[in-house]
Amino acid sequence: MTDSLSRVFAALADPTRRDLVARLSLGDATVGQLAAPYNVTVQAVSKHLKVLQDAGLVSRAGDSHRRPVHLEADVLDLMTKWIERYRRRAEERYRRLDAVLAGMDDTNTDTDTDTERPQP
Amino acid sequence: MTAFTSAAIEADPKLPIIRITRDFAATPQQLLRAHTDPDLFARWCGPDSGTVRIEHWDARTGGSWRYTHVTDGDEYGFRGTFHDVRPDRIVQTFTFEGQPDGVALETLTFEDLGDGRTRLHAQSLVDSFEGRDMWLRSGMETGVNEGYAKLDALLSDVTA
Repeated sequence: MTDSLSRVFAALADPTRRDLVARLSLGDATVGQLAAPYNVTVQAVSKHLKVLQDAGLVSRAGDSHRRPVHLEADVLDLMTKWIERYRRRAEERYRRLDAVLAGMDDTNTDTDTDTERPQP
Repeated sequence: MTAFTSAAIEADPKLPIIRITRDFAATPQQLLRAHTDPDLFARWCGPDSGTVRIEHWDARTGGSWRYTHVTDGDEYGFRGTFHDVRPDRIVQTFTFEGQPDGVALETLTFEDLGDGRTRLHAQSLVDSFEGRDMWLRSGMETGVNEGYAKLDALLSDVTA
């Protein structure tokens, strides 16, 4: 268990492999489709996929490059974590916005500055 | 009706879009002002650490904006245009100057809920799923508590 976990973490330590996982979280794709957005060869992507496959993150029915690569469902959890982190950052911004809004008075004059607001 | 007292997020499975919905105890006019007044905007827009220096700001339809995020001696530039500024809607572009090819199209809608409450719908359309996933992933390493410290500072500033 420890071994497989550390393999997963090692596999995801690489930004290209994290990108591949992100892409595969949207649906199965062939090696060629996965290589297309990058400035790398199909061979280089295959090497990354091998690492992901050994870690149990992706699977492929057969070795042919034309067979689609499939993300194992558990790893979707990773995507969920990314989205949740992004949401929390948005929420932090909006809490700051709450404070700014609470500090506004009704006469459109900001207590902090003398700046006129730009007219839209 | 569902209340969005905390930000709700949706990553569209078919399009490279992120949607965020959030309710505010403010009127649409106040929310518009917090998005178009550069001094107010700089106080909340983040990112979580450092300060935001507004370089250029013309919050009118057809205008443009640019600000620099300063943190620990590093500076990051962001810029875009105000495509459309209306009382209930802002359409703008957003680009991180470190990745000038990446352009997000942001549509902000201020939905009046009455009683001094407004629902913000913020939609970001990027040009690829790869780009969106990069966005979602950005800041993964950033401490989530930074924002609360900044909020504390801002609250004490507002009440001072």
